[in-house]
Amino acid sequence: MGLLDKQFNNSNVIITSIDGLLNWARLSSLWQMQFGLACCAIEMMAAAASHYDFDRFGVIPRATPRQSDVMIVAGTVTLKMASRVKRLYDQMSEPRYVISMGSCSNCGGPYWEHGYHVLKGVDRVIPVDVYVPGCPPRPEALMEGLIKLQEKIRNESLVRKTA
Amino acid sequence: MTPLEITDRLKAKLGDKVVDAKIDGVPDPFVKIAPGAILDAALLLRNDAEMEFDFLMCLSGVDNGKGILGVVYHLYSMTNRHKITVKIDIPVAEPAVPSVSSVWAGADWHEREAFDMFGMTFTGHPDHRRILLPEDYPGHPLRKDFKVPEFYQGMKVPY
Repeated sequence: MGLLDKQFNNSNVIITSIDGLLNWARLSSLWQMQFGLACCAIEMMAAAASHYDFDRFGVIPRATPRQSDVMIVAGTVTLKMASRVKRLYDQMSEPRYVISMGSCSNCGGPYWEHGYHVLKGVDRVIPVDVYVPGCPPRPEALMEGLIKLQEKIRNESLVRKTA
Repeated sequence: MTPLEITDRLKAKLGDKVVDAKIDGVPDPFVKIAPGAILDAALLLRNDAEMEFDFLMCLSGVDNGKGILGVVYHLYSMTNRHKITVKIDIPVAEPAVPSVSSVWAGADWHEREAFDMFGMTFTGHPDHRRILLPEDYPGHPLRKDFKVPEFYQGMKVPY
């Protein structure tokens, strides 16, 4: 047995890259900006409640953008709300991520043609990392979106920003 | 009271201010009133002991096309258990209607919504602002001649 081997076993040393450590920390505690815009928010609340339990992924709703890592845009973004959504996004500290939940937030949804008051996709005001389709998406779908975001963060690098 | 009796009573009290009435063959019998007389008619409908319309179920704006806007009042009497619909027509060039929010307080937000969507003004309204759309929104979207703006505050609106 080599000397190094024994040393690591006895003194609780874990070897990893800085990237790996940061990514693991970030993806395991994605605190969520707590707001909902329409019926998607009901599904988001169900996802956060005990049955689907978002807390096991480290997702905790925060009441302020300054403590949040991920913004789940859950619902119809009206023109009146769009400027508020943008301001909330600007107030979040980096690294920050956006999940666009549901058809309205993805592309305008049922309001795409005659929605005089609806922004046709939240990606017109803020950058989106993961789009979750559905009207509204079931909690399982939102959960998959979150896992997709975690995969995206897992492959990030300090020198090469991907998300 | 039947809708016919209500119409006759209104005609007796208001005379030629009752422009039109349709009782048969429609799901909601209605009385059409001259727009200037709507406040008098509203007070009469609410205060008259036999009619006593104490509940404004709904107040809606309408665009009838050809430059005619309208307001529709659905009235119900909790005490007498009868109902009637009252309509008025107003020209789009001068869309001013006396507010009935002093008669039925519930008309307050309904009138604001009608103003927001159709652009008729309710004179005497205590808080005459838009209720749903932002204050700087261009136009009134449920008008038949409304065109969706290309941009709103730098954001592209059409799909």
